Amino acid sequence: MKVKVLCRNPDDYVRETTRDIQRVPRNYDPTLHPFEVPREYTRALNATKLERVFAKPFVASLDGHRDGISCIVKHSKSLSTVLSGACDGEVKVWNLPKRECMRTVQAHEGFVRGMCSRFCGTSFFTVGDDKTIKQWNMEAPGYGVREEPINTILGKAVFTGIDHHHREGTFATCGQTVDIWDEQRSSPIRSFSWGVDSFSCVRYNPVETELLASCASDRSVVLYDTRESAPLRKVIMQLRSNTLCWNPMEAYYFTCANEDYNLYTYDIRHLDVPVTVHMDHVSAVLDVDYSPTGREFVSASFDKTVRIFQKDKGHSREVYHTKRMQHVISVRWSADNKYIMSGSDEMNIRLWKANASEKLGLLSTREKAAANYNKKLMEKFQHHPQVRRIARHRHLPRDVLKQKREQREMKEARRRKEQNVRKHSKPGSVPLVTEKEKHVVAVVE
Amino acid sequence: MAKSSSLQKTTLSKGVKVTFTVAADEEELPSDDDDEEAISASEDEEGSDDERKHNKLLEAISSLGGRKRKKQSERSEASVQVSEFAVNAEGTGEKVNLSDLLGTVEKNSGTSNKTKKQLRNLQNSKETLELPLNKQQTEKIQRGIAYEKTAQEVSCWNPIIVQNRKAEQVVFPLKQEPLGPRRVEQVVAGWKVQTPLEQEIFRLLHNNSQPVVDPVLTPVEEASLKAMSLEEAKIRRAELQKARALQSYYEAKAKREKKIKSKKYHRVQKKARRKEFLKQFEDMCKTNPEVALEELKKMEMSRMTERMSLKHQNKGKWAKSKAIMAKYDESARKAMQEQLQMNKDLTQKMVVLSDDEHESKDEESETVPDFVNDPEPIIDSVNPWMKGRLTREQPEVRCVTPEEAEAAVEDNTEEELLGEFERKRRLRQADEEGSTPAEEKEHASEVVVEENEDVVEISDNEENDDKEEEEEEEEEVDVSEFNSLFKLMRSEKTQEGQEEDGEGLLDEGPIRVQNMEDLEVLGEVFEPQPTVAPSRPQTAVAEAASAPTKKRNMEIDLREVLTKEAKVINVPFFPTVVEDEHDEQISIIKEAFAGDDVISDFMKDKRKQEAAARPKVVDLTLPGWGEWGGVGLKPSRWKRRRFRVKMAPPPPRQDQKLPDVIISEKRNASLAPHQVSHLPFPFENTAQFESCIRTPIGPTWNTQNVVKKMTKPKVVTTMGAIIEPMVKEDFIKSRTTTPAAKGPAIMFSGDKGARRGAKRPSERNQRRSQKRRK
Repeated sequence: MKVKVLCRNPDDYVRETTRDIQRVPRNYDPTLHPFEVPREYTRALNATKLERVFAKPFVASLDGHRDGISCIVKHSKSLSTVLSGACDGEVKVWNLPKRECMRTVQAHEGFVRGMCSRFCGTSFFTVGDDKTIKQWNMEAPGYGVREEPINTILGKAVFTGIDHHHREGTFATCGQTVDIWDEQRSSPIRSFSWGVDSFSCVRYNPVETELLASCASDRSVVLYDTRESAPLRKVIMQLRSNTLCWNPMEAYYFTCANEDYNLYTYDIRHLDVPVTVHMDHVSAVLDVDYSPTGREFVSASFDKTVRIFQKDKGHSREVYHTKRMQHVISVRWSADNKYIMSGSDEMNIRLWKANASEKLGLLSTREKAAANYNKKLMEKFQHHPQVRRIARHRHLPRDVLKQKREQREMKEARRRKEQNVRKHSKPGSVPLVTEKEKHVVAVVE
Repeated sequence: MAKSSSLQKTTLSKGVKVTFTVAADEEELPSDDDDEEAISASEDEEGSDDERKHNKLLEAISSLGGRKRKKQSERSEASVQVSEFAVNAEGTGEKVNLSDLLGTVEKNSGTSNKTKKQLRNLQNSKETLELPLNKQQTEKIQRGIAYEKTAQEVSCWNPIIVQNRKAEQVVFPLKQEPLGPRRVEQVVAGWKVQTPLEQEIFRLLHNNSQPVVDPVLTPVEEASLKAMSLEEAKIRRAELQKARALQSYYEAKAKREKKIKSKKYHRVQKKARRKEFLKQFEDMCKTNPEVALEELKKMEMSRMTERMSLKHQNKGKWAKSKAIMAKYDESARKAMQEQLQMNKDLTQKMVVLSDDEHESKDEESETVPDFVNDPEPIIDSVNPWMKGRLTREQPEVRCVTPEEAEAAVEDNTEEELLGEFERKRRLRQADEEGSTPAEEKEHASEVVVEENEDVVEISDNEENDDKEEEEEEEEEVDVSEFNSLFKLMRSEKTQEGQEEDGEGLLDEGPIRVQNMEDLEVLGEVFEPQPTVAPSRPQTAVAEAASAPTKKRNMEIDLREVLTKEAKVINVPFFPTVVEDEHDEQISIIKEAFAGDDVISDFMKDKRKQEAAARPKVVDLTLPGWGEWGGVGLKPSRWKRRRFRVKMAPPPPRQDQKLPDVIISEKRNASLAPHQVSHLPFPFENTAQFESCIRTPIGPTWNTQNVVKKMTKPKVVTTMGAIIEPMVKEDFIKSRTTTPAAKGPAIMFSGDKGARRGAKRPSERNQRRSQKRRK
C-alpha cells in the first residue's frame, strides 16, 4: 500500500542558525488582511503616543563654569570635544562622552565675547572684553607649563565676535568694524565699515567660503565678500539681530535671531523679503545654529527655552526647557546631527538630544525598521486631528505659556484693529502687508 | 650731440618731477635755467640744514649755471630746443601741450590714421571733463556691482539645492568614501619610489608610457576614448552583437532545414516560395517593370524548355512504372495527375490583362450612379434630422422598472400615485412618439403665444396643432395632479402636526421653512381654498396651457413650470409679442430644466438614500460548519435563520416628515474627531489624499522590500561621523572645467615656439575635465 504524506522542504522552515528569527510564511492576499486603514491609523496613534512617552531629550549637564556661559564652540575635527567661554573670561574644554572638563584657561579679563576653532582643529581663537584676540593651542600644555596663548593681538577696540574661514588661514572679527585678519599678521588685512559703529556677530559662509555676514547695531544685517573692497548689501529690520547662522547645505540661505522674538531666514539674492519668519519664542532670540544637515536649526532665547525649527516651517517642532535653566545665551548643534548643546546664564552647559524620543546607541535592524515604520506612519497620519493633537502637545513653563497667550491676544488685537482701519478707510488706502514684509524696513545698496 | 640730448632728457624728467613734488614754490622761481632748478629740487629733497654747506653749494651751482647760461646764449641750434620727440624742453615750467606731443605723430607714418584722427578730435574738443562722482555714489555703484556678481555666483547652487530638497533620501555626510576595495593606482598614489629596484620598474613603466598616477589610462586608450564616446561605443557594440546573433540564427536554421529529408516538406516549401515569388512579381510589375520584364522572359524561357522537354509528361521510366501501379494505387494515380498538372501549369501561356481593360473596369466600379450616395428623399421637409430617430429613443423612465417594482412592494400611497403618474407619462410619451415629426415641426414656430390672435401662425397643419394642444392639456393635468398630491401630503402632515400640537395659536410646525417654495406652501396650507397662483405674471404659454385646467384646478406654481415637458426649446426667431422680464425668466428656467422630471428624480433620490441608510441583514452563516458543505449544498434553513443577524433600526431620519427635503446623515458624530476636516497642504484634491491614506505601508500588507522602500527615512546620518558643510569643488564642476577651456586661447596668443610646450598641460586639463564629466 502506498501511503501519501505531506512533505515540505526543510529549507522553507528550518532556521540556519538558532539565532535566526523563525521564518513565518506570509500570505499577502489583501482579503486576508482587511481594515488596513483603521489598523494603520491605530498604529500611528500608538506610535505618536509612544513617541511622546519616550521623549526625554535631556542627556547631561556640564557644570564647572563660575559665570554665565557666553559662547560655545564645536571642535571642527572631534565630535567629543566642546569649548565654552564664560562671562568671567574663562575658557573650558569639555569632553562630552566623559562629561568632564579637560582643561581650563583664563583667557581674558572680562567676558569672553567670541570663540572659534580653526578649521584643522589644532588651535582656537578667543576674543574678549580686554580688546585682544588670542590664539590658543588645542592641546593642553604639559604638566607644570603655564597656559599661554600662541598668539595675542591687541586691538584698538573691543571685539565682539570672531569666526574663522573654513578653508584658509584667515579669520574675521567684529567690533567697531568687521575686520579680516591673516593668521600671520598682527593687523587686519581688510576692514569693512558702513556707517555703523558696532557689530554683534560675524559669520563666514561655510559653503561659499568668501562670503561673510554680520549683524550690526543699527538693526541691519550686512553682507560682505572678502574679494570685494566694499560690503555688498545690507538689510535693515525693525529690531536688531543678535546672531546669524548660514545654512551649511544651502549656500544662499542664512537665518538671523532677532530681538523681536522671531527668527528670519533670508535668501541673500532677495533680501527685501525674508523667506520664512520663524515665530514661537516669547522673548529675544539670542543665538541660532543650523544642524549640519541644513534641514533644521536650533535657537536659544532669553525666555529660557531652546527651540528647534525646521528650516522652512514658521513654527518650532520642539521646545526644550528645564526648571533650572535660565536665559539661554548660546546654543550649538553637534556635527553628527545628534545632539544640541546649550549654554545658559546659570553657568551650565546642557546636552540635549536633537530628536527627543530617539533611541541612542546602536540599533538592531529590526529596531531600525520599526522606528522607520513608526516615523512614516506618523508622517502619513500627521493631519489626522487626534494624531496631530498628541504630536503637538508640549509642556511649557507657566510664564512662557502665559506670555505666549498674551502675545497671541496682542497679535489678534493688532490684526483686528488693522482690519477695522481698512474697513473704515478708502479702499486701497490701507494696503495689505504680509507678515514677511512687515519686519523689513529697508534694503540698502 | 647725442650726449647733450640725453642730458636734456634727464633734466626734463627732473623738471617734471619737481613740478609734481614741490609745486607752488617752484612755479614762482624764474624758470629759464633747468639745471639750477633740478639741483635745487634735489637739495630740497635732501633737506640740508647746514648753512655753510648750503652756501658752498649755492656757489657751485651759480658757477655751473653761469657757464651753462653762456653756452645757451651761444647755441641756437634747433636740435637743442626741439628734442627728437618734438617737445620743447626750454621752459620746463610751462605745461606740455597736447599739440607738442602731436607733432611727431603727424610726421610719423607708423601711427595709424585712426589714432591720428582721435587725437585731432581730442585737440579740437573744448569741452571740460565732467566731475567724477562723489565717493558715496561710487561706492554705491561698486557695492551694487559686487552684489550682483555674488548673487549670480551663488545662484549656481540652485539646482543642487533643489535636487537635495526633492531627493527621497539624503545620506550624510554627503561626500563618502566609496566602499569596497580601491584600485591599486589610487592606493599607490601617495607612495614614492625609493629603492633602486622600484626606480627601475618605474622607469620601465614610463618607457611604455604607462601612467602611474591619476589618469590611469594609457594614451592609446585615451585616444580611443576620445574617438568614440561611451554611449556610442555601447550602441555600436549592441548593433554588432545583434547582427552576429542574427547571422548565427540564420545559419543554424538553414542547416536544420537542409537536413530535412521529407519530400513533402520541400514540396510545400517550394510552393510557398513560388507563391511568394508571384506576389513579388506583382509588386515588381508596379515598381520596376524592367526587372519584371526580365522575370517574365525567364518564365517564358522555362515554358519553352518545358514544352520542348518531355519532363512532366508521364513519359519517363518512373511515370511508366507509376502507370502500371495506377490501377491499384490511389497515390500513384495522384502523383501522375500532379505531374500532368505541373506540365499544364508550366506550358500555359501567361495571360496578362491589358491596361485598357483594367481601366474600363475601374471606371465602371467608380461610376456608381450618384443617387446611391444621396440621402433618401425627405418626406418630412421641415425637419430632416428628426426623422423618427431621436424620438424612438426610450425615455429614461423606462429603464427604472425594477425600482418601480421595488417601490410597489412598499405599501405606500404616495408611491402608488407616483407609479400611476409614471404610467400616464409613459402613455403620453408613446403618443408623442407617434406624433413627433409633426410636433418637432411645430416647435420651430411654437414660441408664439397661442392666445394672442395677432400672431401669424406659420403652421398650417391644423390637426397637429389640435393634438398638441390636447397633449399640453393632458400634461398640465398631470402636473396639477402632482401638485395637488404634494399639497395633500402636506396638509395631511400639517394636520397631524396640528393634532399633535393641539390647538397651537402660533404656527410652529414641524415643517422647516427653508426656502421660498416652502413659504408658499405654508401659505397655501393655511388658506386651503384654491386661489390665484402666487407667481402672478407668467408666460402666456403657461397661461394658455393652464386655461383649460383652471376649470379643474385653479393652481399654478413654479414647480409646474419646472416639471413641464420641454416643448419650447427653440429660440424664437421673431419677436414674441408679450414680453415681460418675468416671462423671460420663466422661459429660461423652463429651457434649463427642459426634459427633467425634477420631482420624481428627487423622490427617487430620497428613497435611495433611505434604503442605503436602512441596516442590512448580516449573513454570518459559515458553510460546512456543523454540517456537510460543498458545491451545490446550501446551509440549512435553521442555520440561515440562526446566523442571519438583523441589525437594530437606526434612529429615525431627520427628514422623515419632510417630504421634499433630504437631510444627509452621512456625518458620524463619533467618527468626526478622527477625521481630517480639510485638505492638507501638499495635496491637491481629496482623491489624492484619500489614496495616500488608503495605501498601507506596513509589513502586514506589503512584502519586505516594499516596506523597506516605503519607509526609508528622508535623512540618514552615520553615527559618529562629522557632517561637513558642502564643498564647492565637489558639487560644481563648471569652475574647474573653465581653465581647461581657456587652455587653447592662451596657446594661440603665445608665440609658436611656446605652443609645443603649452600643449601638454592643456591636453591634460581637457582629459581631466572629460573624466570628471563622466
